[in-house]
Amino acid sequence: MPAELVANVVVAGVLTGLVYGLMALGLSVIFGVVRVVNFAHGEMMTVAMYAATVLFAALKLDPFLAILPAAAAFFVFGYVLQAAVVNPFITRPEHSQFMLLVAIAIILVNGLLMIFGPDAKNVQVDYQLDSIEIGKLLVDKPRAYAAGAAVLTALALFAFFRFSLIGKAIRACADNHLGALVVGLNVKHLYALTFGLGSLCVAVAGCAMVVLVDVTPPLGPYYTLLAFVIVIVGGLGSMAGALLGGVLIGVSEALAGLFIEPSAKSMFSFGLLILVLLFRPQGLLGKRA
Amino acid sequence: MTRTAALLLALLASLAALPAFAGPYGLSVAILILYFAYAGQAWNVMMGFAGQLSLGHALYVGVAGYVAGGLFFHYEVPPIVGLPAAVIACTLFGLVIGFLAFRFRISGVYFALLTIAFAEFTRIGFDHLAWTGGPGGMFLKVAQRNTWDLANFRGPPAMYYYAILAMCSLAFVACFFLLRSKAGFYWQAIRENEDAAQALGINVFRWKMAAVAASSAMTSFAGVFFAFYYNNLFPEQIFNISRSIEIILAPVIGGVGTLFGPILGAVVLTGLSEGITESLAALGWEIPGVKQVFYGLVLLGVVMFLPNGIWPFLSRKFKL
Repeated sequence: MPAELVANVVVAGVLTGLVYGLMALGLSVIFGVVRVVNFAHGEMMTVAMYAATVLFAALKLDPFLAILPAAAAFFVFGYVLQAAVVNPFITRPEHSQFMLLVAIAIILVNGLLMIFGPDAKNVQVDYQLDSIEIGKLLVDKPRAYAAGAAVLTALALFAFFRFSLIGKAIRACADNHLGALVVGLNVKHLYALTFGLGSLCVAVAGCAMVVLVDVTPPLGPYYTLLAFVIVIVGGLGSMAGALLGGVLIGVSEALAGLFIEPSAKSMFSFGLLILVLLFRPQGLLGKRA
Repeated sequence: MTRTAALLLALLASLAALPAFAGPYGLSVAILILYFAYAGQAWNVMMGFAGQLSLGHALYVGVAGYVAGGLFFHYEVPPIVGLPAAVIACTLFGLVIGFLAFRFRISGVYFALLTIAFAEFTRIGFDHLAWTGGPGGMFLKVAQRNTWDLANFRGPPAMYYYAILAMCSLAFVACFFLLRSKAGFYWQAIRENEDAAQALGINVFRWKMAAVAASSAMTSFAGVFFAFYYNNLFPEQIFNISRSIEIILAPVIGGVGTLFGPILGAVVLTGLSEGITESLAALGWEIPGVKQVFYGLVLLGVVMFLPNGIWPFLSRKFKL
């Protein structure tokens, strides 16, 4: 097998993996702070992808520009979802939280099926087939843009949590819930903000992903599982870990498609998940609880 | 207590008489309800009694279905022999998962995700095995029979109905006594506070393993029933995470850790699902997805407003 082909596949895997990583980053941030596993994560991702196809079909809006309205709408959606629906559940047992988010996932994915039907939808931008040549490497233009959008969003989020006062307050809630209440932080509001930010990541990842793959409703549960695999491998609650996990899964999926049966590619991902859970449950970059 | 017992006997008697007046459709719905009640009861042993959240119970249904179904399909081994083989295989699967998880001290959300990972891993594995027929599925030979042939598990729908009714009743009785046995008290202690249970000298590892073994062995009966009732097996369907969720729904809606919860939940959910299908058909709204959206909304409502499930609410209200 020619080395260039393998290198090209690896680069494509890294770029797609960064978009996966941003999606998983949303899940990781929500779990890290609110301690609720968002079982409707992939379904939210497909909602964002459908939104981008609608905006493209109706207004000829480029999916990378659709990021702005989609991110704003998802931020509000996430805020309201946490404040109105999820918040009473943060003290309830895990199976109860699981059921709640599964119910939301069922409504979202079947709502999409109702509105858009089972057929695949996509967007056709005019630079769809363009590529950038770097030496012997050929990089798809839409894939490079998608990865760029993912990295920029992730960096902005890192900066927000690191430097802004609200970001620090959110981290304080994550570190010590009771302490945050004692010093007078509005924990409910901060949790809702976090859920909003996690949803915003999903919106950006969805708009970027829609230029790479066709979207169908069953993609929702698939992305939910994929996001779990990525955050567990990277470390649940670790932001850099989510991106690293995304890249690892992106590359391994791309290579599995090249060397073994493409349909067996997720077996590798789940095998990796089992190994990480058993031998390093805090994930590759996570801190031991 | 006596009121509950009397109610229970009346329920069992009316269920035993059901095939006499229910049509084929009614009987198939009743079988579905009892199937979910049984599988939910099996899951409840692990989660409701011992507090170990499994989101991958489709694994045991699938493995049992494929062991008994595959033995029958390839070597014409009757299910009466296939069933013990399936129970052994499932228990081994459960013990391996339990051993790895509890040895490495995986708990809570991480344990739940581990069970999903094992189910998904097995699903994709079975999709690539020649013995299972892969994604093309495995079809068991169907023979129209009006006589009961329990050894080959072939007969009229009423036979399947009485089989699953017997499984449900036995599971109920078994769980009743399990909850009041030494194991049951140890499990509840572990569920409520694992550290405290350990401090009292309970061998937490051993009793958690026992819970997984009991639950997976019970679930394997459901898998064998599934295989010979539906006669077709696809890894994509039987191991799917949505199957695992279906198993959990009845006990969660009915009341986790209660004996009546899984049964009540199965009645409510299957009734609801069939009712929505019927009324949507009557209204002419047969758009794919509508039914599931309604279902999801009701589920959301129950989870939000009856967090402990329907049974604890009812039993408080009517002092059962």
